[in-house]
Amino acid sequence: MKGEMLKVIIERGPEPERSATEFEVPAYDNQTVLDVVSWVQQHADPTLSYRFACRVGMCGSCAMMVNGVPRWTCRTHVSKVLDGNSVTIGPLRNLLVVKDLVVDMDPFFDKWVAAEGVHHDSSTRDDPIAQVDAESQERQAANAGIECINCSVCYAACDTVAGNADYLGPAALQRAWTLLNDAKDDGRAVILDAVSGGGGCHNCHSMGSCTVYCPNELDPMSAIAGLKRETAKSFFKRRR
Amino acid sequence: MLSLRLYMLQRITALLMAPLVLGHLAVIIYAIQGGLSTAEILGRTQGSVVWFLFYGLFVVAASIHGAIGLRVIAFEWGGVKGVSLEAVTWGIGLVLFALGARAVWAVTFA
Repeated sequence: MKGEMLKVIIERGPEPERSATEFEVPAYDNQTVLDVVSWVQQHADPTLSYRFACRVGMCGSCAMMVNGVPRWTCRTHVSKVLDGNSVTIGPLRNLLVVKDLVVDMDPFFDKWVAAEGVHHDSSTRDDPIAQVDAESQERQAANAGIECINCSVCYAACDTVAGNADYLGPAALQRAWTLLNDAKDDGRAVILDAVSGGGGCHNCHSMGSCTVYCPNELDPMSAIAGLKRETAKSFFKRRR
Repeated sequence: MLSLRLYMLQRITALLMAPLVLGHLAVIIYAIQGGLSTAEILGRTQGSVVWFLFYGLFVVAASIHGAIGLRVIAFEWGGVKGVSLEAVTWGIGLVLFALGARAVWAVTFA
């Protein structure tokens, strides 16, 4: 790799007049896509805006479109995604661009709250600490989704979000499913209500892009299927 | 743009239609195998409560199921929203029902 130059195309600027700028970036061993973007910002164009924080795949702030696919750029080796000798980097899909590679994440986080992705008290500090059965089916279902880092890769990958701006999206719905299965969370009724509206889990077409592209290999599609099952069961119960 | 109510309506109508579609295919194959004439077919369906209920239920289920499915396509692909989306859904449902009901009535009790 050393001594070679990479052709890096960065799709930048606010929509709709987004323009692609091409840069020549020196190739290094073990170079990530985030390293490439940082090199451009530090050596070629200091006006380039982008987000990152931890650089180790924990904070979820550096997600971008890489060759048309959403990825966590700090954990993506550029050598694995090169198309010939070039790579195209753009802002995340399905979110409004603020500037260059920075998108407005507000709708993404607002939908977490709209899906009741918040804690619902089941006891107070005066109660004894709840015993949680680590082997129970519910706990296993909750564990499956708790490593979400809020990077919005699934949200950018989702074609249902692209066609339906009200749709809560895979990350928010997966969090709702996690809390529904959490013995310490007492929000069952409000969660089921929150995911049953016009933008709720029933809009999911099970295309599975969320599960394919999740960098932490989580499975939001199955979590959403779980919500569909639970809401369907409650639909009949409430009518009895 | 599917709420729980529309989602359940679409699933329940799908469940209803699954056996009805199989029955309908069996009827088609049976009718052409033996070379039944129009008069012979009408002779069996005219005045038959069973055939009226079979195809009547089929028409109701299909019009609800199809209207909800096309509503989703109109919303996600066509950008139809709000009152227009409700009008499209009801319009498609009523047209499908009218076409189907007219045919069922014609071969049973007309």
